[in-house]
Amino acid sequence: MTVAAVEPPRGARGLRHVVRAFPTLLRVGFAEIIAYRAEFLVWVLTTNMPLVMLAIWRAVAADGPVGRFDQTQFTAYFLAVLIVRLLTSTWVIWQMSMEIRDGTLAAKLLRPIHPLVAYAAEHLAAVPMRALVVSPIVGVLVWVAHDRLALGDPRLLAIFLLSLLGAWLLIYFTMVVVGALAFFVDSALGVFDLWIAIHAIFSGYLIPLESLPSWIRGAAAVLPFRFMLGFPVEVVVGLLDPAAAARQLAVQWGYVVVLASVALMVWRAGVRRFQAFGG
Amino acid sequence: MTLATIVGRYARLTKLQVRMSAVTAMQYRGDFLVRGLLSVLGMSVTLLPLFIVFAARPNVAGWSFPEALVVVGWFTLLRAVLEGGVSPSLTAVVEHLRHGTLDFILLKPADAQFLVSTAKMEPWHVVDVGGAVAIFAYAFSKLHRWPGPTDVLLGLVFLGLAVLVLYSFWILVVSAAFWVVKVDNLSYLFQSLFDAARWPITVFRGALAFVFTFVFPLALMTTYPSLALLGKLHPTTALVALAGGIAFAVAARGVWRRALAMYTSASS
Repeated sequence: MTVAAVEPPRGARGLRHVVRAFPTLLRVGFAEIIAYRAEFLVWVLTTNMPLVMLAIWRAVAADGPVGRFDQTQFTAYFLAVLIVRLLTSTWVIWQMSMEIRDGTLAAKLLRPIHPLVAYAAEHLAAVPMRALVVSPIVGVLVWVAHDRLALGDPRLLAIFLLSLLGAWLLIYFTMVVVGALAFFVDSALGVFDLWIAIHAIFSGYLIPLESLPSWIRGAAAVLPFRFMLGFPVEVVVGLLDPAAAARQLAVQWGYVVVLASVALMVWRAGVRRFQAFGG
Repeated sequence: MTLATIVGRYARLTKLQVRMSAVTAMQYRGDFLVRGLLSVLGMSVTLLPLFIVFAARPNVAGWSFPEALVVVGWFTLLRAVLEGGVSPSLTAVVEHLRHGTLDFILLKPADAQFLVSTAKMEPWHVVDVGGAVAIFAYAFSKLHRWPGPTDVLLGLVFLGLAVLVLYSFWILVVSAAFWVVKVDNLSYLFQSLFDAARWPITVFRGALAFVFTFVFPLALMTTYPSLALLGKLHPTTALVALAGGIAFAVAARGVWRRALAMYTSASS
């Protein structure tokens, strides 16, 4: 049976509808995080690669700086990577591919709210808990490298906060695009692995982008990956001046708009194909 | 039953289980090709940070580039064993536990740990083994010397030990599923920690060095085998590592049996 999706209200009325429902959705999401707190903590612990890379780059920089990076700069950079990554990561890819495959998506389609809004609320609800987990790392970062951080400049601080939100949206919408592949192919998990591997190189997760060979650096500068992680990190550890940061913030939000439209398009095409199993 | 008949019986069982997995895998030939391609891409991503780090310095924490490549070779090989031979089977146990179908395995007249551990394999990971061999060949050609026969033998002993320790860790993770059921993210944690094994242990300092040597012994999995192959492994370290690894495997088996003893099935 094909599930006919209930069309959520459109236009201004639709927006009002979403705004009214959103706080409740957030509360539900938050309650779920609290209920599965042990699981949540294990997920947080799986993000340990920045600490490993921190150890490696510190060993590399033990006898002199690499480019602009000395040991303290590497520490600041990778602690910031850890913080930004923990604050912005979502698991919507896995959730979508599972719900599409086992058909539970059908229930979401019947609710009078767009499933992408529902997913977004569920995942945003995890941010306060993540912020709590991250706060000691922020403490260490400030203690180790307070003189390098962009905290003194209110412009940079504002750009950093906006870039964090932009990074979250960018990751969310690209994950929706990749996750929606599950509508079209049976096993999209291989594609996810590939996506994670490419992301790790081009976002500055493993290597600060300015330490990359020039041909990758060129590609990384124009690809969207950098704006999901490397850009906010570079702003907060003071590697960018305010003018350059503002310019790149505009590029980041341009990408957000583009990817949001692509995500909506792919989603719409996918739902049209979707047939719940056992429905 | 004598020991010989038991060994013969389990050898026959292993062959059967491997054939079953191979037959299943052959049904998805397209998938095989895609996965193989993804493996090759994944390997290049593994190597890139190494190239960049050693472009900045000829030596990092006492390791030259070709020596560190040997570590990556072991890492690739072990990951192939882990993802091809160990984790698919043991992930299936967690599913069995949740659905209560573990009963059917426990009823079979063979050791349950053996049966669940060999239940599912992904033969296409052979591609990764080929990649590991290529990395070894390249590394040693850059070193301009080849490992002697005793080094290779010691390396193989350590390969066995590393697989044993990896497997024992997995058994512990799976045993945890008897208590907490929802354990699939523990396996992600395990894999994310194992990822750090691509680097020689000496790059880590302080707490990380301690954890990766004694608690989650990545040193034993990739660094010591590499040192063995390079002919640099100290005999005392080798002996202590061997004893520690075997003791750990025995302990893991004990935990598995405890966990099994308290299994009450999901349906009753």
